[in-house]
Amino acid sequence: MLSLDNVSVNYGAIEALTGISLHVDKGEVVTLIGANGAGKTTTLRTITGLLQPRDGKISFEGEDIGGRPTHRLVAKGISMAPEGRGVFANLSVRENLQMGAYLKKDKRAIASEMERVFQMFPRLKERESQKAGTLSGGEQQMLAIGRALMSQPRLLLLDEPSLGLAPLVVHTIFEAIDEIKSKGTTILLVEQNAHAALKHSDRAYVLETGRIVMEGSSKQLAVDPRIKEAYLGE
Amino acid sequence: MDTFVQQLINGLTIGAIYALIALGYTMVYGILRLINFAHGDIYMVGAFVGYFLSFQLGFAAGPSLVGLSVVLVGSMIAAALVGMAIERFAYRPIRKYARMTTLITAIGVSLLIENLFVAKLGAAPRAFPQLLREQSYTLFGNAAISKSQILIFAVSVLLTLLLQWVIFKTKVGTAMRAVSFNLNSAKLMGINTDFIISFTFALGSALAAAAGVLTAQYNPQIDPLMGIITGLKAFVAAVLGGIGNIPGAVLGGLLIGIAETFVVGYGQNVGVPTTFRDAVAFAILILVLLFRPTGLLGSTVQEKV
Repeated sequence: MLSLDNVSVNYGAIEALTGISLHVDKGEVVTLIGANGAGKTTTLRTITGLLQPRDGKISFEGEDIGGRPTHRLVAKGISMAPEGRGVFANLSVRENLQMGAYLKKDKRAIASEMERVFQMFPRLKERESQKAGTLSGGEQQMLAIGRALMSQPRLLLLDEPSLGLAPLVVHTIFEAIDEIKSKGTTILLVEQNAHAALKHSDRAYVLETGRIVMEGSSKQLAVDPRIKEAYLGE
Repeated sequence: MDTFVQQLINGLTIGAIYALIALGYTMVYGILRLINFAHGDIYMVGAFVGYFLSFQLGFAAGPSLVGLSVVLVGSMIAAALVGMAIERFAYRPIRKYARMTTLITAIGVSLLIENLFVAKLGAAPRAFPQLLREQSYTLFGNAAISKSQILIFAVSVLLTLLLQWVIFKTKVGTAMRAVSFNLNSAKLMGINTDFIISFTFALGSALAAAAGVLTAQYNPQIDPLMGIITGLKAFVAAVLGGIGNIPGAVLGGLLIGIAETFVVGYGQNVGVPTTFRDAVAFAILILVLLFRPTGLLGSTVQEKV
């Protein structure tokens, strides 16, 4: 569905990604784990066109999408919940969700999609008319995910959804990820929380200083001694 | 008391004009963090488009409500196009550079427009045709309000309410607020942010053009440099209200208008000469920057982490 082929990205003179290749197949949850500054967020920002690759090819459903403006990719079926949640703090919860469905014209479809998001995250329903800036960190993350679902994406990119959240909320978020997967949406998940990410994904890539150093099924990687030592703290 | 009411009416009239222009400054700032110094010149362009439309369409011959409406709407549309062109060709190509670059570009665009008009049309003031049959109504006591003042109030209230509706009730307005909060997040929603920015310039420019035509009914002299001082005062109004804040721009505009009129009306009683009328706005600017840099209604947004 999505494939990156030898993609390199620079921040000015500094190389942030060095020839990374990865692929995500339909229906999978693939996770990208790695330490802070390994290039995980850079990878997602490059896929969504917020950053331009210096080299390499990015394709989605067989089509070369490198260099496409970000807003065009949403129409193609890619949606992202950005790191730090990136919700519109000055907009209400409802307005945030409406913005998620910006390209949708059918009012009834938008309303039923919003209902689905509210079913997944009842907390959002309770706070529907509140400004997003008044939500707790966990609620903002739920909103960011819900908002990304409003465009009914075929590929959902999640950037550090558990960052800075209490363990109970992290649990809720990962349950939601399982639910989204069960409904057929493909997910590329970037996480620092390798433990949860490996538990809730099918395959994984390990990024270190802009390079993919390991890949495999999540089950395998979860028991790999190198991963255990470096990322699972065992 | 009568003079007080009179001063207030006059002050609110000028203030409404400042408010219309300040809205454009504040919207563009809200969305791009750019002080569009060419915005005052758009007000001038609006007045000149109105001037030429009046003659071209034959409305200069005599006052008529149809003529006034056509000229007003026509100049708003023309100014919207000019504003969009400025954004497209001057600001968009340099958007990714440091903010100082865009600021200097804005000053450059302003000088370009002013000097282009002076070169083509000459610097001499022109008499704007009367599109409204001027008449004065006596209120209680001896205070009077003229038809052009009523027009200014009516149109500026209408346009402000319309703007409020666009920004808070429509999809494109919600997108404008989204873009102003976080450009990249807005892109991730599928919002064509270039279009939203262009639309913001169009709205602001149309309001400035309306201010230009309305002013020309109240004080029928226009010249290519008329946008400089008025534009600066409207900018101060936007800062006073809290730049980026829509109600703040209206409040700031009205306050600057009143302050200015009161300096002329009452200043002498306390030893302030009437020649200080233009200085008062800038005195207010300095005070605001010293004591309340966020303006009256502006506040620093607390972001939750």
